[in-house]
Amino acid sequence: MTTQLIEGEDMFRAAFEQVQRDGTKAHALRSQAFTRFSEVGLPTPRLESWRFTNVRPIGQRRFVMPAGREVDPSAIASFELRGLEGPRAIAIDGRYVPELSSIKAIPPGVAIQSLTETLASGQELLTWPLGQLATFDDPAAAFTALNTSLFQDGIVVSIPDNTVVEAPLHLLFAATGSSGVMSHPRVLVVVGENSQLRLVESYAGVTDGAYLTNAVTEIVVGDNAVVDHYKLVRESVEAYHIASMHVRIGRSANFSSHAITLGGAIVRNDVVGELDGEGAECTLNGLYLVNDTRLVDNHTTIYHTKPHCNSHALYKGILDDRARAVFNGKIVVAPDAQKTDAKQTNKALLLSEDAQINTKPELEIFADDVKCTHGATIGQLDADALFYLRSRGLDVEQARSVLIHAFASDLLNRIAIEPIRAEFDAVLLRQLPGSGHTTFTVA
Amino acid sequence: MLEIRDLHASVGKREILRGIDLIINDGEVHAIMGPNGSGKSTLASVLVGRDDYKVTAGTATYDGRDLLELEPEERAREGVFLAFQYPVEIPGVNSAYLLKAALNEIRKHRGESELDAIEFMALVKERMKGLEIGPELFNRPVNAGFSGGEKKRNEILQMAVLEPRLAIMDETDSGLDIDALKIVARGVNALRSPERSTLIITHYQRLLNYIVPDFVHVLFGGRIVMSGGKELALELEEKGYGWIENDTAAQVNA
Repeated sequence: MTTQLIEGEDMFRAAFEQVQRDGTKAHALRSQAFTRFSEVGLPTPRLESWRFTNVRPIGQRRFVMPAGREVDPSAIASFELRGLEGPRAIAIDGRYVPELSSIKAIPPGVAIQSLTETLASGQELLTWPLGQLATFDDPAAAFTALNTSLFQDGIVVSIPDNTVVEAPLHLLFAATGSSGVMSHPRVLVVVGENSQLRLVESYAGVTDGAYLTNAVTEIVVGDNAVVDHYKLVRESVEAYHIASMHVRIGRSANFSSHAITLGGAIVRNDVVGELDGEGAECTLNGLYLVNDTRLVDNHTTIYHTKPHCNSHALYKGILDDRARAVFNGKIVVAPDAQKTDAKQTNKALLLSEDAQINTKPELEIFADDVKCTHGATIGQLDADALFYLRSRGLDVEQARSVLIHAFASDLLNRIAIEPIRAEFDAVLLRQLPGSGHTTFTVA
Repeated sequence: MLEIRDLHASVGKREILRGIDLIINDGEVHAIMGPNGSGKSTLASVLVGRDDYKVTAGTATYDGRDLLELEPEERAREGVFLAFQYPVEIPGVNSAYLLKAALNEIRKHRGESELDAIEFMALVKERMKGLEIGPELFNRPVNAGFSGGEKKRNEILQMAVLEPRLAIMDETDSGLDIDALKIVARGVNALRSPERSTLIITHYQRLLNYIVPDFVHVLFGGRIVMSGGKELALELEEKGYGWIENDTAAQVNA
């Protein structure tokens, strides 16, 4: 019996007992995960990977599991991505809602469905990676342990071998926004050999509120498959968004991720990519915009375990007011992973004297024939450029907004799917300081 | 159009302009020449409102208004244009976007309707004639990766589209080969009209073979020490700035 007090343990225990009563599947895994959580508790700044992100405000609140799932469909409509035609799976407070979703025109053999129903029906071929990628032994992974023990539902996406899903799939996790509600959405994606998928995972707060979203995503990219992943975080500005994505990338497969974070009081994104076959490639791009006293923390980890793999990580942040941001980019190169080519860059634009970023590279290299580079820059808007724009007739606000958008634009331009790029651009433009001027392109 | 009276300006504690007097009437082209460090670029910067320079005394009146009171963007909208000595590279901002935004800000200020993309492109195409700027340059980020000559031509294109009432050319000719120089001159000459005036700041007389000024002034030690017609430029070319320096020193010592 431990005498250590774990903050918030009783509320999470109550939630765990509720989930057990509900008879949701995967008992053994859930129990194991909750046991681990009760041992380690919520992460504290004493853990290196949580040094700059203090989650005590989460432990001190009284979060409960969501009661129902009634939501006005029109409230969700504004978070759908316009111009994006394709299947759409919608979950409210972590539970898949088939009535709101539209799973049409998908190739044969493709499954997009509720996680708990898939578990209940014993379709193990679709759920085998559950808990395999998102492990929780590490005390820093306490939120993963919580999600694993408490998820009420989630979405399973399964693409068979040799299947190209043309239209982008949009998974929308909407939080009804009631203060004090927590949800633990779980996403499981398995893409077969030689297949292709473009997936948008978005998290949105329907109304303001201090709720908690604790999401875990596991993605298996089969040999020679291509997966483009897009994540858009538009939580309420009072909400807590803690998420981790774990990706295993097969031989000659290609995985790319573009993450855009625009909302949330505390947002923590962990991305863990494992290059698990020769010639695999992983690209992680991220862009965040943070103001007020909010915090955005991005941690990326890339494991190079096989030879001839490439990885590129580029994260850019725009910080205003008294906002804080954390970027930690870790690259681990195993002894066998010769000819690794890994590049990591982090850039931050500080719009205020009081904004603060902590950025850190972590390279652990155990092979001798590799190329690994990292770089970080932190800067302000260029005074000469600002003056140049003003000397041509643009007012200060407009000039600032043009330059901020320019800072972000090279990341946006890496988004290959035009409707997604345009939509992300539009969402970003609406959030820019002084963004009354909306046309940044000539056409 | 522009009347400068006893203008003093400093950077930090160093006084660079020490009493400039200059009157530019509608339709006139004035050239200001002078050695390095005489204050030529400072004068240009003060006129367009760069805040690194502090005006400590004197006035500058533009069309009857106190020019020094206006924000840089207000001066631009009122028709003051500076062709920069070192045009700034702005990665991520498309040249065409910037120019369209600039033109429409100026048009809005004048109470004119904004141009749409098609009208704008038609105007630009017409103004590009003779400037040897192709669409490939125009659709790239502002000055990013441009050669020195391309940057200067881009400034001239902006000027040709924005049609300023008062154009200030800050050493636009420096570092240009003769072909680029002719293009720049063509751009400036095309804008010459009874309502528009130009202030050409230059170190060398060469540009003035192609843009014939109405007046030439010599700036030295933060003051205009000599003014004359276009022949003054030739005299300077022949005798060099040393002549002025000695002459000025003699006056001061007298």
